[in-house]
Amino acid sequence: MTEAAPLVLGIETSCDETGVGVVRGTRLLANVIASSMEQHARYGGVVPEVAARAHLEALTPTLTTALDEAGVTLDELDAIAVTSGPGLSGALMVGVGAAKALAVATGKPLYAVNHLVGHVGADVLSTGDDGGAEVEYPTIALLVSGGHTSLLLVRDLISDVELLGETIDDAAGEAFDKVARLLGLPYPGGPQIDAAAASGDPTAIRFPRGLSLPKDMAEHRYDFSFSGLKTAVARWVEQRQDAGEPVPVADVAASFREAVADVLVTKAIAACNDLGVPRLLLGGGVVANARVRALAEQRADAAGIALRIPPLSLCTDNGAMIAALGAQLVAGGRPPSGLGFAADSTLPVTDIQA
Amino acid sequence: MLLAIDTSIGTSVAVVDRDRGVLAERATSDTRSHAEVIGAYIDECLGEAQVAASALSAVAIGMGPGPFTGLRVGIAAANAFAFGIGRPVVRVVSHDAVAFAELRAGRRDPVLVVSDARRREVYWSTYAAPDSEGLPKRVQGPALTRPDGLEDAVTRLDEYRRVDASEVSAGALGMLAETMHPHGREFAASEPLYLRSPDVTLAKAPKRVTG
Repeated sequence: MTEAAPLVLGIETSCDETGVGVVRGTRLLANVIASSMEQHARYGGVVPEVAARAHLEALTPTLTTALDEAGVTLDELDAIAVTSGPGLSGALMVGVGAAKALAVATGKPLYAVNHLVGHVGADVLSTGDDGGAEVEYPTIALLVSGGHTSLLLVRDLISDVELLGETIDDAAGEAFDKVARLLGLPYPGGPQIDAAAASGDPTAIRFPRGLSLPKDMAEHRYDFSFSGLKTAVARWVEQRQDAGEPVPVADVAASFREAVADVLVTKAIAACNDLGVPRLLLGGGVVANARVRALAEQRADAAGIALRIPPLSLCTDNGAMIAALGAQLVAGGRPPSGLGFAADSTLPVTDIQA
Repeated sequence: MLLAIDTSIGTSVAVVDRDRGVLAERATSDTRSHAEVIGAYIDECLGEAQVAASALSAVAIGMGPGPFTGLRVGIAAANAFAFGIGRPVVRVVSHDAVAFAELRAGRRDPVLVVSDARRREVYWSTYAAPDSEGLPKRVQGPALTRPDGLEDAVTRLDEYRRVDASEVSAGALGMLAETMHPHGREFAASEPLYLRSPDVTLAKAPKRVTG
């Protein structure tokens, strides 16, 4: 690590976290997040307009705190990076508008980057003083959150990312939220299900694994579906209630969680094996789920696959990963994005830089 | 000198100077391209005005009324630009700039400013004849109503000349801010004037999936 490594500030506003991070090359200097999650709790899910309003309020204070924590000034930055998609349009536009204005005000080059590739980029960051972590490519990346469930083949972080598959309906995190509601548990559902499942039997109920039947595997080998699973849980719970029997919340939670973890990890490991890539990277907020992590560790180990899971603060949405990807683009000699790019709610993962 | 931004309808950006007037202005009435054009407009205005960002004393921003998404882009940009140059933002009610533009064009009669709020509603404000400093004097508003609700909402509607605003000029907004400042006029509050709550319904009990 030399001082010549680019000093980059990253801005992330694609969902409900206002994130600003500062990195120098692969070294993390600050990762500040303001979340509007509590404001969404009573609605049972992220309300785009509420999230966008919160971004506007939080952005300047978050910028201030991040620069303070990093101990750098705007003047010293080599570049600014911002998430331009995919994500919630109104939320993205707050970050994009702010980043463009900040870039013009400071005269710094601006890099518009892909949120999902940013999750992969988080893996290059080192929180210590000893420089960056060695990341080997190609790698398979499984990104799972409340908004995304994507399986990627990353041959090169800044030039070659391929989407192998993604959810065709709900994101996995969304399924956790919906099932939590079915069980009378509060939002966000992930930690609630995780806690309830701890004392349950994951084999108590055999819930379906979406898109895992042979006919589905032909067409949707690396795609996911959680809508049917949610309905299966609802049906099972209703039958119990209709029969006047108590709902064994712990067993339902554990069995549901097992179904999600199983299908996520099965498909990710299959991608590693099929494509001969002995590396798997996890990212996204669902990585906080204890069972997803444990199952991934167990099966990756058995298959001789090297598993990487960044610290949770870098797995959930954050600005540091955007800064990290921006720094890789700068170091790779990529020209800045200019000022004309749009916020793109469906930005494909192949567009690493807008 | 100020950078002025308004995205309450389309996108308008200007660099203004109290003595020299509007030095550069860029605008579009497109209501869907705020985030796309805002950066280039700021850059072009500074370039055309031959003004360095650091030479600005503040950023004037139109706080609405305006529909959610677009309005927010301008405010986010203004806040970030001001943060970037270490100068304050000064906040102006966007309709005030429309009324001020009328005054600058020599039309000094009382006006009703109306702008599209989407969803079959309009934003409106009324202005009396200008005060002694030549500044617009808002009487009512900004407020939100159905178009046919103006008659009930506006006191003495027939005394106002109606101005339907299809854009808000950042040049006018900036010059208004430049004029308000020395006269010690109060700027708008930091809350964006959406005048409408987010569309949300509280989570209900999940629907049954079995019959």
